[in-house]
Amino acid sequence: MKVSNGRTWRRWAVLLVAFALIGAACSDDGDSGDTTAAPDDSTETTAAVSEDPLKFGMILVGPRDDRGYSQAHFEGGEYVEAKLGAEMIVVDSLNPADKPETTVEQVVADMIDQGAQLVIATSDDMKDGIELSAAANTDVPMIWVSGDSAWVDGEAYRDDLTNLGNVFGRMEFGKMIAGCAAALTTETGQIGYLGPLINDETRRLVASAYLGARHCWEQEGNSADDLEFTVTWIGFWFQIPGVTLDPTQVVNEFYDGGVDVILSGIDTTEAIVRGGQRAEAGESVWAIPYDFEGACAEAESICLGVPYFNWGPSYLGIAESVADGSFTAEFQWLGPDWADINDKDTSTIGWITGDAVAADDVEKLDAFIAGLADGSINPWTGPLNFQDGSPFLADGEVASDLQIWYLDQLLEGIDGASSS
Amino acid sequence: MSGASQRSGIQAMVIAVAGATMIAALLLWALGANPLEAFKLLFEGSFGSMSKLSATLLVWVPLVIASASLVITYSTGLWNIGVEGQIIMGAIFATWAARTIPGPGWVVMLAGIILGIVGGMLWALLAGVLKTHGGVNEIFGGLGLYFVALGLTTYLVIGPWSREGVASTSGTDLFDADVWFPRIGSLDVSWLSLLLAIIAIGGVYFVMRGTMFGLKLKSVGNNMASSARLGIPSNRYMLGAFAVAGGLAGLAGTTQAMAFHHKLVPSVSGGFGFLGILVVLLAGFRAAPVAPLALFFAALSVGASQLELRLDLDSSVGGVIQGTLVLFVMLATGWQRRRAENRAAAEAGGSN
Repeated sequence: MKVSNGRTWRRWAVLLVAFALIGAACSDDGDSGDTTAAPDDSTETTAAVSEDPLKFGMILVGPRDDRGYSQAHFEGGEYVEAKLGAEMIVVDSLNPADKPETTVEQVVADMIDQGAQLVIATSDDMKDGIELSAAANTDVPMIWVSGDSAWVDGEAYRDDLTNLGNVFGRMEFGKMIAGCAAALTTETGQIGYLGPLINDETRRLVASAYLGARHCWEQEGNSADDLEFTVTWIGFWFQIPGVTLDPTQVVNEFYDGGVDVILSGIDTTEAIVRGGQRAEAGESVWAIPYDFEGACAEAESICLGVPYFNWGPSYLGIAESVADGSFTAEFQWLGPDWADINDKDTSTIGWITGDAVAADDVEKLDAFIAGLADGSINPWTGPLNFQDGSPFLADGEVASDLQIWYLDQLLEGIDGASSS
Repeated sequence: MSGASQRSGIQAMVIAVAGATMIAALLLWALGANPLEAFKLLFEGSFGSMSKLSATLLVWVPLVIASASLVITYSTGLWNIGVEGQIIMGAIFATWAARTIPGPGWVVMLAGIILGIVGGMLWALLAGVLKTHGGVNEIFGGLGLYFVALGLTTYLVIGPWSREGVASTSGTDLFDADVWFPRIGSLDVSWLSLLLAIIAIGGVYFVMRGTMFGLKLKSVGNNMASSARLGIPSNRYMLGAFAVAGGLAGLAGTTQAMAFHHKLVPSVSGGFGFLGILVVLLAGFRAAPVAPLALFFAALSVGASQLELRLDLDSSVGGVIQGTLVLFVMLATGWQRRRAENRAAAEAGGSN
């Protein structure tokens, strides 16, 4: 009996392993060679354009299909693949919660092992890792998106990291437009901003949204004192259960408290998704998502528009400079192409006006955008005070790039924390 | 263990591994990947070079120490689910040392190790006291304390210990480089971490196999009432188990803060406490198999990143393979136990 059992288990084990191996062998039908992130089209382009395509690594902080910040970068990378015949290597969701066993340095090393000639770290939070990696691989060009390590006048300039450049879009314009759309639409005079974490970048974006809102609010004949503009910070760029505030709950609290327009500053879509659900239940609420051009699709009937990043042109320029050997570690803070803010080949930031903006407000919004474009409107002009009442800009003074980038306090008129 | 039951155990394990391999292969095949290529990448991604081995050992260190901690409490019949919170508290205490204590690097490191152990120990003892004196089951007490620890570390990272002008859950400022645990050459892994991990698992093996303390812990775990009749104060030994296990978990947290992240991040425990539970389940609550099993799990976690880099698969596939394997081993072990019981019953019936 024992012998018989022994044979039985061995037969089972052999059978299972055989199935596994047969399955493996059957799947080795040639498809497995297509193992890169590049879509089929770009693979063909690669073959046509160059026998030795540029390989670049793209490190995303969230999922590549988050319909937000990370997807915008991913699509920027796909743009480079299509235009340059390059090949992208992607690692997404690289953050301590999702991938606790993986560091930026490890990923960069892996990408270089795999032949990456350029590595792009797309989050402000990757600062430590990408700087260490740049120092350890001085012959590999790298980009820290949203950073300031290559800004000669900046506060965190690293003249030793000659292979680490920075790129970012002047989203201040997108946020001012979003703020204007919110002010033109709000019925309660209460606007909420769903903030991520507090840093220089997020402070200047919140301030920009407020300044755009205040400008258009006043243009409508209202007093700035009657505009309530509140920011609530969830603690990170997207929800990490148990770590950050729940964005959906924050959105609900905004709407419950009388806010009827929410601007999202986080990477994910809770504001427009929850707003859409509440609108379906009969509430007069609106939302403005962020980062990703297609974000309004979540609830078009309440979407006032979306300011978004279009990383393709800047990434293409950087990739081309690496390919032809002319790369230098520059700080690039790229604005919209005012000739066509939605031109995919030229404009680093864009704005799409949503279906929910009333027809007469569309004209006012377009006039505001035209004013920003020709410089006749600049809400970053004094007199402006900081949140604590201390002066920021004197009457008629226009904020410099350094003042805007390193805004260390929110502005007077905004409710919410300026620092932790 | 008799020769027959040992053979039976090996049979069950072989069938489980074969079954899990088959399921993993089918999953990979369904995702459009070549399973052989994927298995090869998993191996190469974790052992294929010195830097990959180093990355695997970086994960192995906290995992094996957390697993060693769990061997102690499981042997005492305690389900120390709160191990994750104890790791976090160890990391918090070690971070305090790294940020506050002046002096040469080795002094700060030593202080970090000691304080990390103390932090984990205090947190575990709290769960222990809740159980022994408050009647709170250690599972619920431990889970509650885990969430408190998670909240505390988040508060510290975005509050008092936040970077200058920045509240970010990505972590505190990096520690000064001279308090980072010393590395092996240019590799990321620290020899000090490895040494601490080997001492931890070796120490637990020795305690459980060769000391009266270990014997009494097992006695309490096997039958608390009988132990009490034999004069073993079960509460005291349970608290002892919590203290030792918590100290080890705190040590794991120290290595996470001072040898891996070099700063405090909210998810500093990395889920290694929960993963350690699976390791210890597979190890049958024994210390000896923990080191190789933890190495296997660490390799699977680290190698899985290659599935994303090279096959464009989601790296969570590695976690699915891990889970499948655990499930199969548990099923096979249960099946084997049931067969053994049936056989024993049949033999008992035959002898009557």
